[in-house]
Amino acid sequence: MTPSIGSLPPKYRVTVDHDRCMLCGRCVENCAYGAFRMENDRILTNSRVCTACHRCVAFCPRDAIDVSERPLDYRSHPVWTRGVREAIYNQARTGKIVLSGMGNALDYPMIFDRLVLDACQVTNPSIDPLREPMELRTYLGKKPQRLDLKRREDGEVDLLTELAPNLCLETPIMIGHMSYGAISLNAQLSMARGVTEAGTFMGTGEGGLPEPLHPYQGHMIVQVASGRFGVDIDYLERGAAIEIKIGQGAKPGIGGHLPGEKVNGAISKTRMIPIGSDAISPAPHHDIYSIEDLAQLVRSLKEATEWKKPVFVKIAAVHNVAAIAAGIARSSADAVVIDGFRGGTGAAPRVFRDHVGIPVEAAVAAVDAKLRNQGIRNEVSVIASGGIRESTDVAKIIALGADAVYIGTGALVALGCRVCGNCYRGLCPWGIATQRQDLVDRIDPEVGGRQVANLIHGWTLELMDLMGAAGINSIESLRGNRDRLRGYMIDQALMDVLDVKSVGA
Amino acid sequence: MCGIIGVIDRGRETMDGTAIRRALSMMNERGSGEGAGYVAYGCYPEFKDYFALHVFFDNIHETKPRVDELLHEWGRVVHDEEIPTWDLPRLRKVHTPWRYFFKPDTRLMPRSITPAEEIVTEIVMRINTSVEGALVFSSGRNLGVFKAAGWPEEVADFYRIEDYEGHCWLAHNRYPTNTPGWWGGAHPFNLLDWSVVHNGEITSYGTNRRYIESFGYRCTMFTDTEVVAYLVDLLVRRHALPEELAVTALAPPFWDEIDAMADGRRRLHQALRLTYGSAMMNGPFAIVVANQDSMVAFTDRSKLRPLVGAENGDRLYVSSEEAAIRAMDPGITRVFMPRAGEPIIGRVVA
Repeated sequence: MTPSIGSLPPKYRVTVDHDRCMLCGRCVENCAYGAFRMENDRILTNSRVCTACHRCVAFCPRDAIDVSERPLDYRSHPVWTRGVREAIYNQARTGKIVLSGMGNALDYPMIFDRLVLDACQVTNPSIDPLREPMELRTYLGKKPQRLDLKRREDGEVDLLTELAPNLCLETPIMIGHMSYGAISLNAQLSMARGVTEAGTFMGTGEGGLPEPLHPYQGHMIVQVASGRFGVDIDYLERGAAIEIKIGQGAKPGIGGHLPGEKVNGAISKTRMIPIGSDAISPAPHHDIYSIEDLAQLVRSLKEATEWKKPVFVKIAAVHNVAAIAAGIARSSADAVVIDGFRGGTGAAPRVFRDHVGIPVEAAVAAVDAKLRNQGIRNEVSVIASGGIRESTDVAKIIALGADAVYIGTGALVALGCRVCGNCYRGLCPWGIATQRQDLVDRIDPEVGGRQVANLIHGWTLELMDLMGAAGINSIESLRGNRDRLRGYMIDQALMDVLDVKSVGA
Repeated sequence: MCGIIGVIDRGRETMDGTAIRRALSMMNERGSGEGAGYVAYGCYPEFKDYFALHVFFDNIHETKPRVDELLHEWGRVVHDEEIPTWDLPRLRKVHTPWRYFFKPDTRLMPRSITPAEEIVTEIVMRINTSVEGALVFSSGRNLGVFKAAGWPEEVADFYRIEDYEGHCWLAHNRYPTNTPGWWGGAHPFNLLDWSVVHNGEITSYGTNRRYIESFGYRCTMFTDTEVVAYLVDLLVRRHALPEELAVTALAPPFWDEIDAMADGRRRLHQALRLTYGSAMMNGPFAIVVANQDSMVAFTDRSKLRPLVGAENGDRLYVSSEEAAIRAMDPGITRVFMPRAGEPIIGRVVA
């Protein structure tokens, strides 16, 4: 049956300026999608396969390539957008769920950009981090409500309270869970080197811990997700902390899917599944059907690792996130990760990515308020993730109540990612979301590691400056300090949720 | 800016308010004539077993009956009267200051280990949040806060502060930026036995407020200073921290210093920071906190506000300025400057 829809307008048009082109062939070599070929001493292009990943642009020595977006658009219409129409064409052809990559692509207002930070003038001095101490050290884990002390004969005070193990971060910026499989070994190695140098941590995702990452295991948080891929006692013991993934901001309520094409020999080994088989993580954990089941799994993991490691629980930011977090706080879990609806992903159904869940700003504000209200804020740390784009986002989300953040897409962008959104195709020309060795080799972990460390370092410096300007010399005093935020053009209902005042108030 | 001063007599010898009035006026450069106040510990010996509640009433006829009713619900008032005042050209009775001597009925708070204090805290929070036109600004036993909008000497003369005797006094000369002219905004701030005077601005106020409110305290006075009184009450009374460790929790050493400590001390300081991170105070400040038996003064971790101490026999003084202390007691024998975050602690021994 010939489809009657015909071909759709190309998303991008690639053009080569033949006056500038020197026929070096780097574009042909670099494009994993086959948009370029050389014929009769001329570079020819096939725009239809282009993803605007800009690999060709980045490596053309003559700036001879131009990529334009939507060269031929549909008749404009405010309701029947291009995305809506194309999804229908796509589904009329296939009858399937439409997959998409990266994060939420709908034009929701960005709450971060409607919150402004504070600075000191006259009545209190701002602090210059170049000259004064500025402390970002952050401990993640359970903290006691109060301390039991005993005064000795000689006047010294002994601490009787046993502290639960905490993760110690030199900066409150971590890298979230992106699995080996979803991304390449060299991408993971780069991030592992970066976080190790920056004194912080990264997540393994649900892809196991491949052996080349073992030297960095002291900075890795190992994930236990619903597919339990890669989980055994050796894996749990290697991690600095363990994270149970209940849900993900990009696709709350559903599981994960790594296509069999990506499951090569090495990945089959770390995930403990046959080569070429789809790795499908179910929507719920098949041993968690209630909050008490979760509490049991937390305790089981703690027992297995002799109560030496913090256990985190990651949930997607959904409407009832605050009550769920309060339930998690009552288990033995040490931190709750709140993943907002802007969180990235290698692959998610388009409808979930764009329509399910809530923004991390509102979720963290609600969680912090609920935990304080119930007097259990010290029972868990709060880690925010999903849509953290720059250091001001970090400062704002901490002021709303988070202890630390996970970044994901930001770290990939530091490795060259251009946010083209084709991660699920396994052909990432930047060597990130791919397992094809020639593409993976495009990342040198030493160079990549430096770039990731640079990014974290740069944000850390900016965070110090922002805190100093606000007259704060320790991150504890920024945490939950919503008085230092003001809302700009935010409606009253949302201001009440965020518990911030308006600008000028 | 603001000027602060405190004195404690470790032998519980009392002093009248004359000298501290003189000392506080010495720091008029640090104030603006819009707020000053004093607290005297030991000033109501005849009622020493009763909580002395000082209340500003906007209107005796409308608001006072509601407070009376609440007090009778929770306990017994043995005596109450208007606090005597003398109008001055620049300082007139905007509010009517009243004092009650009150004994809570402890059977009404059976679960608490300090039921009397819990009841009084509850009454203070309730009046200050829900009875419009009434503000409890002093609620401890055998102590009294006297404050108003004006220069220190005016406020002193308004209350005739020289008629009161105390073994420990704090006083404050205010340069307001936040709530000028509001009597409730003047220092000292008090809750139960604790009184606080403060010079500076607490940049961590939002964090501290959210922390303290999760323990049932309500910040009602639109200023960062009251949170200090509640934090000290929480840490020392409810969590039983020794005073010096409470100060450490509020103005802790930097991590670099903690890392360099010997094992036991390091564990203790690390635990304090982990547990009380939200109680830690940031921003420039010098603070004096007192109760019936002690006076503690400390600054922020970078000492961005001045603090000087001095001694003469049993008398321990702390102030923003040495000149103020000398105006109070020219005979002081030792003057010293504490380092950032290091407390000056005076305890009565008698």
